[in-house]
Amino acid sequence: MPGKTEIDIDYVADLARIELTEEEKEQFSAQLVEILNHFKSLREVDVSGIEPTAHPFPLYNVWGEDVVEPGFTTEEALANAPAQRENQIVVPKIVEDA
Amino acid sequence: MPELYYKSAADLSRLLASGEISARELIQSVIDRTQNVEEKVHAFLRFDPEAALAKAAQCDERRSAGKSLGPLDGIPVALKDLICESGQGLTCGSRILEKYVSPYDATCVAKLKENGTILWGRMNMDEFAMGSSTENSGYQNTANPWDVSRIPGGSSGGSAAAVAAGETIAALGSDTGGSIRQPASLCGVVGLKPSYGLVSRYGLAAFASSLDQIGPITRTVEDSALLLQAIAGYDTLDSTSYQADIPDYTASLNSAPKPWKLGLPKEYFEEGLDPQIRQLVEKVIDFYKSEGCQIIEVSLPHTNLALPVYYVLAPAEASSNLARYDGVRYSHRSKQANDHVGLYFKSRGEGFGPEVKRRIILGTYVLSSGYYDAYYLRAQKVRTLIRNDFLEAFKQVDALITPVSPTAAFKIGERSGDPLSMYLSDIYTLSVNLAGLPGISVPCGFNSDKMPVGVQLIGQPYREAELLSIAHLYDSVHRFGMEHPVL
Amino acid sequence: MEYEAVIGLEVHVQLKTDSKMFTRAASRFGEPPNSLTNPVVMGLPGTLPVMNKAAIELSIQTGLLFGCRIAEVCKWDRKNYFYPDQPKNYQISQYDQPICIGGEVEIELPGPARNIMGEHRMVQLTRIHLEEDVGKLTHFENESLVDFNRAGIPLLEIVTEPDLHSAEEVSAFLHAIRLHMVYVGLSDCDMEKGQMRCDANVSVRPVGSDTLGTRTEMKNLNSIAGSRDSVAFEIQRQSRLLEKGGQVVQETRRWNAEQGYTVALRSKEEAHDYRYFPDPDLMPVKISPAMLDRLAREIPERPYDRQRRFLEDYGLPFSTASVLCLDRQLADFFEEAVSAHDKPLEIGNLVANDLLRELSSSAGQGGGKMSKLLIKPGQIAELVKLVEDGVISKQIAQDIFPEMFHTGRTPSLIVEEKGLRQSTDAAEIESVCARVIAENPKPVEEFRTGNQKAINALKGGVMKATRGKANPAMVDQILRKLLA
Ligand SMILES: [Mg+2]
Ligand SMILES: [Zn+2]
Repeated sequence: MPGKTEIDIDYVADLARIELTEEEKEQFSAQLVEILNHFKSLREVDVSGIEPTAHPFPLYNVWGEDVVEPGFTTEEALANAPAQRENQIVVPKIVEDA
Repeated sequence: MPELYYKSAADLSRLLASGEISARELIQSVIDRTQNVEEKVHAFLRFDPEAALAKAAQCDERRSAGKSLGPLDGIPVALKDLICESGQGLTCGSRILEKYVSPYDATCVAKLKENGTILWGRMNMDEFAMGSSTENSGYQNTANPWDVSRIPGGSSGGSAAAVAAGETIAALGSDTGGSIRQPASLCGVVGLKPSYGLVSRYGLAAFASSLDQIGPITRTVEDSALLLQAIAGYDTLDSTSYQADIPDYTASLNSAPKPWKLGLPKEYFEEGLDPQIRQLVEKVIDFYKSEGCQIIEVSLPHTNLALPVYYVLAPAEASSNLARYDGVRYSHRSKQANDHVGLYFKSRGEGFGPEVKRRIILGTYVLSSGYYDAYYLRAQKVRTLIRNDFLEAFKQVDALITPVSPTAAFKIGERSGDPLSMYLSDIYTLSVNLAGLPGISVPCGFNSDKMPVGVQLIGQPYREAELLSIAHLYDSVHRFGMEHPVL
Repeated sequence: MEYEAVIGLEVHVQLKTDSKMFTRAASRFGEPPNSLTNPVVMGLPGTLPVMNKAAIELSIQTGLLFGCRIAEVCKWDRKNYFYPDQPKNYQISQYDQPICIGGEVEIELPGPARNIMGEHRMVQLTRIHLEEDVGKLTHFENESLVDFNRAGIPLLEIVTEPDLHSAEEVSAFLHAIRLHMVYVGLSDCDMEKGQMRCDANVSVRPVGSDTLGTRTEMKNLNSIAGSRDSVAFEIQRQSRLLEKGGQVVQETRRWNAEQGYTVALRSKEEAHDYRYFPDPDLMPVKISPAMLDRLAREIPERPYDRQRRFLEDYGLPFSTASVLCLDRQLADFFEEAVSAHDKPLEIGNLVANDLLRELSSSAGQGGGKMSKLLIKPGQIAELVKLVEDGVISKQIAQDIFPEMFHTGRTPSLIVEEKGLRQSTDAAEIESVCARVIAENPKPVEEFRTGNQKAINALKGGVMKATRGKANPAMVDQILRKLLA
C-alpha cells in the first residue's frame, strides 16, 4: 500500500467508463483520499498466514448437469433493448482500442 | 374492522383463516392507508391498487374453495425495488434503470407467489442499495413516519417506512452492510438479515455479491419467522446458496425459553454510541437477565477493521457488478454518444448518481493494477480475522446483543455532504455481513425525541431458528413494533 | 544476419456441451440471432452463474489428453473490461488457478510428399484455462449489431510457451489441437463457425541469441491458413525491419486476409488493467482423484500414437494410416474389421478410400456420419475375404460397395441375389473369349504383331460381356491360348 494516498482519478474513471464532471473529479478525489486514509488501520494489521475469505462458508463443486432448459425467445431477449434491428442490438460505431 | 393495516401478519393470517376478514378487505385497508399517508412518506416508487385487488380476489376465491396456500395467503408484502418481479419495473433506485422491466421472478418472489402473498408495491431505496438514509435514491427521498423531517435509514428505507406507516403488512429488503437492520431500527420495526446464502440471491440485483442477503421487514419477530419460512432454502440458481433443509421457524418460536448465554461484545459499547441508545439496549439486557439468561462480556478484537474492510470489498465487487449497466442491452442509453466508448462514458455518467459513482470509482481503484494485494486481498484476509472473532465468541455464547445504529434517525440532509460520517452509521451492522451471520434488529423503545431505537441480536451461522426464538422472547412481551406513528 | 522466429499461441476452443458454461441456455451454432439466450446470458440484473459440470469434465479431459497437470482446486475470476459483445462487461475466467497446468502437444510437420510422414515434435504448453465466450459483433459503416447466441459458450484457452519457430509449426500446432479435440469429441473446432480462434505472439531474434525480441500480437485469427500466413508475413516483416536497422514496436496488428498483410491497430497501447478478482458468485472446483481416474479412463489412445501403431503393426502406408487416424470412429471401424479378418492393407484401402468416398458423397443428405453407418466392419472383412477366396473379383467388390454402404446388407447376400459370383467355368469363359476375339480384329492384329498391351482391350471386352464375373486370371490364360 502506498504511503501517501493519491488517486489518478482520470485513469480510474477511464477504467470504470464513467464520465465525471471537473467538480465531481475534484470532490471524489478528495473524499476518496480521506476514506483511504481512514483505512490505514487495514495496513497495520498482521495478516501473515491468514487465508482470504472469499465466501464466509465455502462449498466446492456447486454445478449443474449439462441439460438445456428453455430460455428467451428473441423478442423476450430484446424487450428492454434501447435500439434494435434485424433481431440484433444496435450499438454505435465501434472504435478499435485494442 | 378498523386499522387492519396496522395488524401483524400473524394476526391477519388468523383472521383470514377464520373468515373474519377477506383478503380484499385487508388489501383495501392497506390501499386506503397508503393513499392517505404516502404523500408524506414517499415510501413507494410504484404501486398498483387495481392489480392488488384482483390478486386479493383470487386469494378469497382460493380460500372459499378450501385451497388456501397457507399462512401468508392474502398478506400484502412490498418489495424493495432491486428484487426482480416478472413484468414489473426494476429501478434499483437508479435513473439508469428507469425504463427496465424484469422478464423474470427472483427466487424469493416466486416463493412468495407460491405462498399466495399479494406483492404490493415497489419500494424506494438508496440507488443500488448504496446508502444509509434513502437520500441516494434517484427518484425521491423517503421520510421517517415517526418524524417526516428525518430519514428512514437505508438502503431499504422505503420498505421499512412503509411497514412502519401501515402502508404494507410486511416487506422484503436487502442487507449488504446493515440495509435491512438499520432502517428497521430507525423506523421502529423488525428487520432480519439471514445468514449468507440462506435466502437465494437469484433475482436480487447485486451490490456486493459476497455480502448481499434478502430478508424480511415486519412488525413482529413472529412475522419475521413467517416470512423467512417462505423465502429461505437452497436454490440451484444461486451457487452460493446454503445447502440444507430449512427448519420450522414459526413452530420453534414458542418452544420454552432456554437459559441462553448472551454475549455483549465490549467493542460495540465504546465511544460514539448515543447514551440514550445505550440505556435502551441495557434495558433489553436486563430483560434477558430477568428471564434467566446468562450475560457474558465478550471481545471481538478486530471490530474496528470492519469499516475499512467493508468499504474495500463492497465497492470493489460493486464496481464489477454494476459494469453491466452500460446502455447496450437494457439500461439507459445516452443520446450524446458517437461511438461505443462514448456510449459507456455518457450513459453511465448520466444514469448513475453521485454515491454510486463514488463507490464505483473507489472499487475500481482498489482493484486496479498495483493495488489489488494492498487493498482487496488484504481486506479478504482481515475478513477472515473478523469472522474468526465471532466464531470464537460463539464458543462461549449462543447469541450477541448489540446496538443497531450509533444514533437514532437524523434529519434529512444532515449528513449527505459527508460520505465518511454516513458510512459510520453502519459500524454495528457491517461485521455481521462480513462474517456471514444472521442478525436481527428488534425495536426496543424510543428516545427523548420519540424516535424509535432497535437492538441487534446476532446469531450463529444458519441458526436462525434459535436467533428468532431469542428475539421473540423479548418481542412477544414488548411489541414495540406494533406502536404507530402519528401521520 | 539470419533471424529465427519465436512464436507463442493462445488458442480459444469452444467445448462441445449442450448448454452454456454458466447457465443452461442451449449452446449451438447457426441459429437466428439472439435466440439462444436467457436472463443469465443477457447479464440481466439479479442473474447468477451456475457452472456446467460437463464443461469442467471436458476441460479435464483436454488437460489429460495433452499431458497437463490437473489442478486439485481451481477457481473463477472476473476479468473486467468493457466491450459491447460482453453482456456483463466482465468475463468469468481463470486467472491464477487455471484448471490445467503445463502439458505438451505433439505436432506433425508436413512430409516431403503426401505419402511420406513429416517430422513430429512436442510443443510445450503453459496452461489451459476455462472461461465463457462473448457474443458476436457484425460491423457496419456507422453502427454494429450484437448477437448474444455465442455469449456464454464454454471456451478453453490453450496457451503455449514461446515454443514455436515457424509458420509451418503454427499450422501444424493448430491442426494437432483440432485433430486431438475432435478425435476425442471435446470440441468440433470448426474455425469457420468460430469454434476455434487463434491469437499469435510473434517475435524474431538473431539465430543463436537467447533473448526474446519485441513481439507483436495478432488476435482472433479465424483460419489455420490465415494463422500460418499472418505469422509468415510477420516473421518476414520483422526480419526485414531489423535487417534495415529498424526496431519492432510492441503492438497489436490485424491480419488482412484478403490482401495478405498485417497492419498495426491505431491503439494507444495502454497496459490492460483487467482488475481480476475472485468471482464471489461462484464456488471453487475441487477435482478428486476418483473423478480424475474416471475421466482418464475415457481418454482413448492418442491419434498420433495410433498412427504410429498402424504404420508399424499393420504395415499400412502413411497415406492410409494418417487418413484413418483423423477420425476415432473410422480408426475403430478399421481395427474391428481387421480383427474379423487379418488383411489390414486391403481393409485399410476399402475404409480409407471407398468408405470415406461414400461418406462424403452422402454427407449432403445427412447420411455422412460415422455414428449412423449402416455398413458393419465385419461386412468389409467379409468382402475382402470374398475377393481373396475368388468368389468375386476386385471389380465386383468395388461395384457392390455402394450398395453395402447404403443398405447395410452383407456382401455375400448381394452377390448371391445378383448372381455376381465369379465364373470359373473354363468352357463358358472360352466361348466368350472366342466371340470377343472374332469381334475385335484390330487389337487381335496388334497383339499378334507384338503389342502385348493390346490384350487388355480384349480382356476388358470379356469382363464386360460377363458383367465382371469371369475370373481375370483364367481370362488372361484362355485369351493367350486362343491367340497363340
Ligand atoms: Mg488471453
Ligand atoms: Zn481467453
